[in-house]
Amino acid sequence: MSEQTVRLDIFKTYKLYVGGKFPRSESGRVYEVQDPKGQWLANAPLGTRKDTRDAVLAARAAVKGWSGTTAYNRGQVLYRVAEMLQGRREQFVAEVAAAEGLGAKKAATLVDAAIDRWVWYAGWTDKVAQVAGGANPVAGPFFNLSTPEPTGVVGVVAPQAGHGFSLLGLVSVVAPAIATGNTVVVALAERAPLPALSLGEVLATSDVPGGVVNLISGRTADIAPTLASHQDVNALDLAGAIDRDGPGAAAALEASAADTLKRVVRPAADPSAEDWTAAPGTRRLLSFLETKTVWHPMGI
Amino acid sequence: MAKTNKKTEAEQPVQPAKASGLFEYAPAPESPAAAGEIATSYGHFIGGRFVDSSGSEALKTVNPATEQVLAEFAQGTEEDVDRAVQAARKAFADWSSLPGSERAKYLFRIARIVQERSRELAVLESIDNGKPIRETRDVDLPLVAAHFFYYAGWADKLDFAGFGPNPRPLGVAAQVIPWNFPLLMLAWKVAPALATGNTVVLKPAETTPLTALRFAEICRQAGLPDGVVNIVTGDGRTGAALTAHPDVNKVAFTGSTPVGRSIAKQLAGTRKKLSLELGGKAANIVFDDAPLDQAVEGIVNGIFFNQGHVCCAGSRLLVQESVQDELLDALKRRMGTLRVGDPLDKNTDIGAINSAAQLARITELAAAGEQEGAERWAPECELPGAGYWFRPTLFTGVSQAHRIAREEIFGPVLSVLTFRTPAEAVEKANNTPYGLSAGIWTEKGSRILWMANRLRAGVVWANTFNKFDPTSPFGGYKESGYGREGGRHGLEPYLNVEALDV
Amino acid sequence: MSTLAANAPGATGGGLADVAASEATLRRFLHGLPGVDQVGLESRAATLGTRSIKTTAKAFAIDLAISMIDLTTLEGADTVGKVRSLCAKGLSPDPSDRTAPQVAAICVYPDMVATAKDALRGSGIQVASVATAFPSGRAGMPVKLADTAEAVAAGADEIDMVIDRGAFLSGRYLEVFEEIRAVKEACRRPDGSAAHLKVIFETGELQTYDNVRRASWLTMIAGADFIKTSTGKVAVNATPPVTLLMLEAVRDFRAATGTQVGVKPAGGIRTTKDAMKYLVMVNETLGDDWLSPHWFRFGASSLLNDLLMQRQKLRTGRYSGPDYVTVD
Repeated sequence: MSEQTVRLDIFKTYKLYVGGKFPRSESGRVYEVQDPKGQWLANAPLGTRKDTRDAVLAARAAVKGWSGTTAYNRGQVLYRVAEMLQGRREQFVAEVAAAEGLGAKKAATLVDAAIDRWVWYAGWTDKVAQVAGGANPVAGPFFNLSTPEPTGVVGVVAPQAGHGFSLLGLVSVVAPAIATGNTVVVALAERAPLPALSLGEVLATSDVPGGVVNLISGRTADIAPTLASHQDVNALDLAGAIDRDGPGAAAALEASAADTLKRVVRPAADPSAEDWTAAPGTRRLLSFLETKTVWHPMGI
Repeated sequence: MAKTNKKTEAEQPVQPAKASGLFEYAPAPESPAAAGEIATSYGHFIGGRFVDSSGSEALKTVNPATEQVLAEFAQGTEEDVDRAVQAARKAFADWSSLPGSERAKYLFRIARIVQERSRELAVLESIDNGKPIRETRDVDLPLVAAHFFYYAGWADKLDFAGFGPNPRPLGVAAQVIPWNFPLLMLAWKVAPALATGNTVVLKPAETTPLTALRFAEICRQAGLPDGVVNIVTGDGRTGAALTAHPDVNKVAFTGSTPVGRSIAKQLAGTRKKLSLELGGKAANIVFDDAPLDQAVEGIVNGIFFNQGHVCCAGSRLLVQESVQDELLDALKRRMGTLRVGDPLDKNTDIGAINSAAQLARITELAAAGEQEGAERWAPECELPGAGYWFRPTLFTGVSQAHRIAREEIFGPVLSVLTFRTPAEAVEKANNTPYGLSAGIWTEKGSRILWMANRLRAGVVWANTFNKFDPTSPFGGYKESGYGREGGRHGLEPYLNVEALDV
Repeated sequence: MSTLAANAPGATGGGLADVAASEATLRRFLHGLPGVDQVGLESRAATLGTRSIKTTAKAFAIDLAISMIDLTTLEGADTVGKVRSLCAKGLSPDPSDRTAPQVAAICVYPDMVATAKDALRGSGIQVASVATAFPSGRAGMPVKLADTAEAVAAGADEIDMVIDRGAFLSGRYLEVFEEIRAVKEACRRPDGSAAHLKVIFETGELQTYDNVRRASWLTMIAGADFIKTSTGKVAVNATPPVTLLMLEAVRDFRAATGTQVGVKPAGGIRTTKDAMKYLVMVNETLGDDWLSPHWFRFGASSLLNDLLMQRQKLRTGRYSGPDYVTVD
């Protein structure tokens, strides 16, 4: 009889992703993440307002470099994310299946779609300026050009519902924002943050500069209002904001964002009906852009 | 109040500027009669007809150059607003289903009638607003007509505008506009809204309702279907009732940042689409290799155009230290030739401040500038006895922390700051919650592009300033608002792009 | 002009002497002048062109404009008779109204100077002569200087020389500078006085406003009494923007050196409305100090009759016609 024993799996300690590093929450606290059937999956860090503030600082610091890099380079970086995700496909299939309560086949389709979504946006980085900008034929001797520029730091309330929300939904809101040169701080889906936290590991190994994407798990009601009221956040994507009263509710977040006139993308009328596998179009890509118009006389 | 302000202004120490004595221009006034008949009182324009208000409160609009009452007009009530929104809603189905080519024809008609009646409208605008006839005649009115002409052409080409196939209008647009360019701001709002198939309820500012009401007549002349354009007059209460109305689908506001903020709050949690064009505190940056004479003109145009009542005014002059003395000497000399006075005189450069309240605000901020230690200078010039006036004023020795360097004055007051390097200029220029416009003056092309790339502002004028065109998108970064007016970009705020798929 | 301010020692103009020490210093100076933005300059000139000059202001400006005219005939077909007739017109522009002022000068070719001088004797009207192989300037220095000396000897009060545009455009600034100095020298009379020197740029050939600004400074440093736009013999002559630019140059030159220089737009100014625009530019750019025939001239021929017709209209209230002014 051999002395073989059953090998114990190594559990993963999930951590936040802030400024390119993987800190534990400054609170030192975690919360239990369960699958839709109530089965314990892991402990996730309970990100706090202070973690969120640190993440905004990191995101702000990253704006100059990331928006200043060439669109071609951003495209390569986003493509690299797809490559890295492809390499860890099986891990994400398992995590998405657990997070959304899906079978492996369906989960695999969603992970593949998430990979392809990175590829879609990787190709957009050096094309969006030509689609969203252009020369304006003004009635005078002036060269006049409008170009889109990134808005800056975008606070994202990650999707918390809808088919494919946990990874594909997240990618569908994060990738368009960073494709154009913004940096993001994401309040992750409160009940299903694990695929997203793992995505941080992919980003960290994909040449995405630290601070461009910052992922905070925890209570949406803590994190989202902090983002909405933060004066150094320029825009909000409320994709996953809950549609009821309370501190994390879309209306309250939008009202708070109005104090500094943040650009706000409202959640879908029925977020739980959102199908994240649908073609993404350009709406989110164009939502976090500012149009800058430059005039110059033409003379000799 | 106005009298007190005038006195304060007159007591300010001013250094004499050399005024020409030999060649004095005789008065060259445009005839006030050219403005056409101004009624003694006005109601609202709802459903294609002028109607009385449901309330009894009336406001007065005065000629700011004389303080004479021009007309009374209705303070729009919630009920008035509701009637107007209902009229717009009723008109929406037919208007939005009209072929784009037919909608276009109405807008072309409006553009042509505006051109035909431009002298009348220019004079009326000058009388109601206080701005010089030279500007209403040469800037406002040509741009109004051009804006309608431009957007008319879009009405049947929306499928090709890059917003996906068959883009849909939103419905009823509530539009609230300011007093600084009354008819031009109306055009910026109404033209794209109608071209995209929306119907509108527009509220002009309470100090300048007359050209909007005259525009209602133009809509009738053009045969515009009833209810497509509705005009409800009144003050901020009317505006709040309009933007809050549950049956509007779109809100467009141009005005101050505080009001814009409150509207954004009001609309939170609704499905109304919002575009805001708000305040600014633009830096006009002059390098030592600038074309100096043209830079001086650009600075003057940047801050004294329209009495400085311009959201994108170049109110902060950032001048490179090495050229500061030379530039300021030239600027003062030039300011000495500005002709302040009767807005209807064709030779007037600077007209009247729009209202007593605005004059009080300018006066207060200018006083704060002095209290905070900045040095005040204004050329000597005679100001008329009646009316609201403020000399073109320059503050030197201003630091970033001064109120006059941070707050929007919305008057003919320029704050001068200095810088040493391009990086410092960018840092100072961007150091404001606003981000509407900026100016750069240098003959070095690569530096212009370097600067333009870094300035956080929606419009960057390089070696020019305060240029506008219907094809050119206009709008702000940060707390200067969101959405663009003008150009293809100006269609988007009036289209349903929720399912946007290029 | 920070360079200038640093160089200017006061009101003497001596600070600019070193500028022409060599081709290199002159080039460095001229290319260090602030650039001119074409669109901005033209826009400013156009805005000034919208001034509305009415009633008393118009009457003043019309008479001022008449008194500033260099009434000109520069034709191959010029004869003694033609020049005499022009002088008579200059002396008494409107035979029906003796209150009309006389013009500033009669401008002719060198061989007509004596005729004009004779016809204008005692009137105070100056005789101006073009010189230096006008209008092209394409002749050797000896010819140009002889041309000038002949006109001065014949009694010319003013010499309108042309610069060598070829030399200027190929960057030989010092050559242009020295030529002006030499012509200035040739303007001297035996009694020690000198004819006033007007220097024509032919701005239509200089093409860019930057060139016009450089030519203005080069010429003023070389000692010109007047800077003048054009010969009237090329496609593009005086325009409001080019004149405005030259007004700015004389303004800045006086500020830097204390020396006041006059400006003369020439060619293409035909109507009262045009003349008003120029006077408005002078008024709002330079002010009273230049609002006199000593400091501002119009090089023109047909302008005078239009001014006279407008003058009659102001006086009588009726519109005049070409049959009511004299053709000379």
